[in-house]
Amino acid sequence: MKLLKSQIEQKTGDGWVILLPEEPEDMWHAYNLIQEHDQIRAKAVRRVSKVSDSGSTSSQRITLDLTIAVTSTEFDIGSGQLHVSGRVAKENEHVKLGQHHTLDLELNRKFRLEKADGWDSVALEQLKEACDTDRRAELWAVVLGEGTANICMITEHQTILRQKVEIAVPRKRRGGVDGHSKGMDRFFSTTLSTLLRQIDLPNTASTPQAKTLPLLLASPGFVATAFLAYIRAEATRTTNKPLMTLIPTIIIAHSSSAHIHSLNEILSSPAITTKLSDTKFARETALMDKFNTLMRLDDGRAWYGPREVERAVDKGAVGRGGGVLMINNALFRAQNVAERRRWVRLVDRVREVEGGEVRVLSSLHESGKRLEGLGNVAAILTYPLEDLDEEDGNDAAGEEGESGEMII
Amino acid sequence: MPPKSGVSRTRNVGYDDDDVYDDDDDYYEAGEDGAEAGDGMTADDKEQMRVGTMQIREALGEMSGFASDEQIQEALWHYYYDIAKSVTYLKNKLGIAPKQEAPRQEKAKTASRFDQAASVADQNAPATAGSTPKKKRNATTNGEKLAESVERLNVDEPRVRSKNLNVVDEFEKSGLKRMANFVVVGHVDHGKSTLMGRLLFDLKVIDQRSIDKLRKEAETIGKSSFALAWVMDETSEERSRGVTVDIATNYFETDNTRFTILDAPGHKDFIPNMISGASQADFPVLVIDASTNSFEAGLKGQTKEHILIARSMGMQHIIVAVNKMDTVSWSKSRFDDISKRMTAFLTEASFSEKRITFIPLAGITGENVIKRVENSAAHWYTGETLLEALEHIELPQRDLQKPLRLSVADVFRGDIRSPLSISGRIDSGTLQVGDVILALPANETATIKSIEVQDTPVDWAVAGQIPTLHLTDIDPVHLRQGDMVCAPNAPVKLVKAFTSKLLAFEHVLPMPVEVFRSTLNSPGGIRTLSARLNKFTGEVVKKKPRIIKPGEVARVVVQLERELPIEEGMRVVIRERGRTVGAGLMENVA
Repeated sequence: MKLLKSQIEQKTGDGWVILLPEEPEDMWHAYNLIQEHDQIRAKAVRRVSKVSDSGSTSSQRITLDLTIAVTSTEFDIGSGQLHVSGRVAKENEHVKLGQHHTLDLELNRKFRLEKADGWDSVALEQLKEACDTDRRAELWAVVLGEGTANICMITEHQTILRQKVEIAVPRKRRGGVDGHSKGMDRFFSTTLSTLLRQIDLPNTASTPQAKTLPLLLASPGFVATAFLAYIRAEATRTTNKPLMTLIPTIIIAHSSSAHIHSLNEILSSPAITTKLSDTKFARETALMDKFNTLMRLDDGRAWYGPREVERAVDKGAVGRGGGVLMINNALFRAQNVAERRRWVRLVDRVREVEGGEVRVLSSLHESGKRLEGLGNVAAILTYPLEDLDEEDGNDAAGEEGESGEMII
Repeated sequence: MPPKSGVSRTRNVGYDDDDVYDDDDDYYEAGEDGAEAGDGMTADDKEQMRVGTMQIREALGEMSGFASDEQIQEALWHYYYDIAKSVTYLKNKLGIAPKQEAPRQEKAKTASRFDQAASVADQNAPATAGSTPKKKRNATTNGEKLAESVERLNVDEPRVRSKNLNVVDEFEKSGLKRMANFVVVGHVDHGKSTLMGRLLFDLKVIDQRSIDKLRKEAETIGKSSFALAWVMDETSEERSRGVTVDIATNYFETDNTRFTILDAPGHKDFIPNMISGASQADFPVLVIDASTNSFEAGLKGQTKEHILIARSMGMQHIIVAVNKMDTVSWSKSRFDDISKRMTAFLTEASFSEKRITFIPLAGITGENVIKRVENSAAHWYTGETLLEALEHIELPQRDLQKPLRLSVADVFRGDIRSPLSISGRIDSGTLQVGDVILALPANETATIKSIEVQDTPVDWAVAGQIPTLHLTDIDPVHLRQGDMVCAPNAPVKLVKAFTSKLLAFEHVLPMPVEVFRSTLNSPGGIRTLSARLNKFTGEVVKKKPRIIKPGEVARVVVQLERELPIEEGMRVVIRERGRTVGAGLMENVA
């Protein structure tokens, strides 16, 4: 994302920016930045009907600059499209104030964003992150099992499941392993063709500057290795040059299952982290792992859940010397303004008053999804605190004390 | 297709003959599928139909006025001339006492398909089903001519007809031998496959010639010791790597029992396969490598995990085969040491001590497998051989009276005559040729064309057996490994989330996990930890704990990625990051 112009008052946070999204991921940033009640100005196409003097109506599609006050946003992860609906906030000759319009933000089309209640620290942070032009890590990952493959694209801020391949592979049977190997062949060929369609390999001559992204194959057992062998054989058989150039970039990794959430463990395995260096998702995954380890020790230094974490911050336990607040960016997208303020305040407090570290995890990465399961917010404390969850009375007394047969 | 303009003519030139033939092939296959449900209405059928109609009219009594001949005949055809079933169906249809939602829908659907077909068929022959819709789709481009030619190709195959047996009676009358399925578990490379290869070889299930052939093949790649294991490990992958990847099934029988061997993989990556195998078994045979360090490595590794899984599947008895005794020269102290440590471990996993049998043996030489060991160093052992122990084990009670439940372990194409087959263990209930079954979560019905148990065709199968069912009237896309097959009148509910009483083996937090229910393996997550329970009384100790530690019992809410058939009382295994974190019992829908 390019920051074309900005005018933000340091003290109050009032002001606006003009942004130019350049790649699909920028849409995700825009989605995180745009809040309800914000004002957006962008180019729009609108059908306007006119009544001529003689009474006949004619409708016409015209392009115009529209300013709307946002009522809702909608983001399609797969295609990276962002639709912003709202009501017209500045009247012009074609549209009246208060009319509804949905803006489709597009790549390479600038838009102007003005925050309704000012740019808070989290929003500014997001803006900075969005406009960070450093070469970001990106890779393709295929998590395979016998008969299922998840083809995903991993970028700095999101993990996008592009396609899931499911082929029924018969299992080995006595005296007939044919079905199994045939099934695996069919599975590999479907997966490869799907993958190639997704990756869209550059044609060597036409687009020489296009980058080839590394490809990660992960599976339990030997499926990934077998798939690599299959790709190699296919590339030689069909003398597919682009595919040949892809082969050296392929990384094989081990995962414990063919499900997409095992990406987590793949990305935190040392073999992969050394290759991907210091990327956001690797850091996030490592952090979640650290949190889980502390949870296991159960010495009161790791807590999760909104109330517990807020209490821990109140007690000053998330501060200098190792205190880390992990927060899912889904919380900042909350439609409810008060809800958002609550979390922004918490972040500000940890960062500025307590001096602790704040990590905003992307809800689209697997680590963010894990955090979501823990109530979207978790903290590593500087000193142990016990019973943060005890004080809040008996809120769910409905649980019955039935005595069924024990499992074991 | 007559070309209308110059443009389309040139396009037509592009068509080559192969295209036409290809279509023809597909079409032929489709036609053949359909033909199983074909419209061969013989004189016999017509007579049966006539008699049946009269009987039903009598049975319906006063309601008979509401049902047309056509409806009655439809019903008869659908239930293979079973008067009783047809009468209930008609009564239901005519609006009396609709008991359950699902079977009614199901029936209505079948009926409508029949209506459709009936309108095509001539007045006297009541119904033909199946092939009509498929024909429509395929016959679009190549026109009437082709359609006609295929019509002629239709093979006259009669519809599958149920013998309407009372399977439970049949089973009791038949006086079959005991049926036992056991799963062979243990750490990787402890010799599970080899031991089973030896067992089959010594029982002459595998002949000398096949073994010699395998031995020769194994020697050519320099792994002669794997020859016996190759009886079970048949895929090229398994042979070249020397590890079992997937469950191998094999059969043998003794004088009083018919056994099914499920040889599980020991490698930790293939635990999902092991779980699917263990879910089909009655008891486990645990194989332990007695040689130094191996036993200890296994205890930390899959020996432990396999035991926990087997126990959480509800298995009560266990045979522990202390393998490779020849490498420790049949040392009694080593055997006693292993027995002592394993007993401690197994009782901790709540196997009762008198249900554990230890046997020292050597799979590679076959000592103490079916014949007694002759080595003088092993005279201290006077107990059973492996085979004797297998014969003496107690088997769990089978639930023949409960509704049918079968968890699909495999979906495959048998041969030309049975294009779609499934296999899996019947957990409860019975089934017979001609039964209509419901496959979940697809919610599609199929008809059982034939049944095989241990590679022999049979008319029926009962709980505890692992039959292969050859199906018709269903598209393969509706069947997957892990699906639940049940009776259409007693379906399993599909659930998206459920509460479970969970015994934790590792730390449990709300987190993404894999959920296993017998052969089913689905991604999901632990949504909330509702309560920590007392291990013995089941009382709530602490509400909403933030973490559950190994060994604790808790009530948790498990969320599934999509709706799956899970019923109260079914056992689930929860894994995360390649480790089994807990096992539980489904309590109710959340």
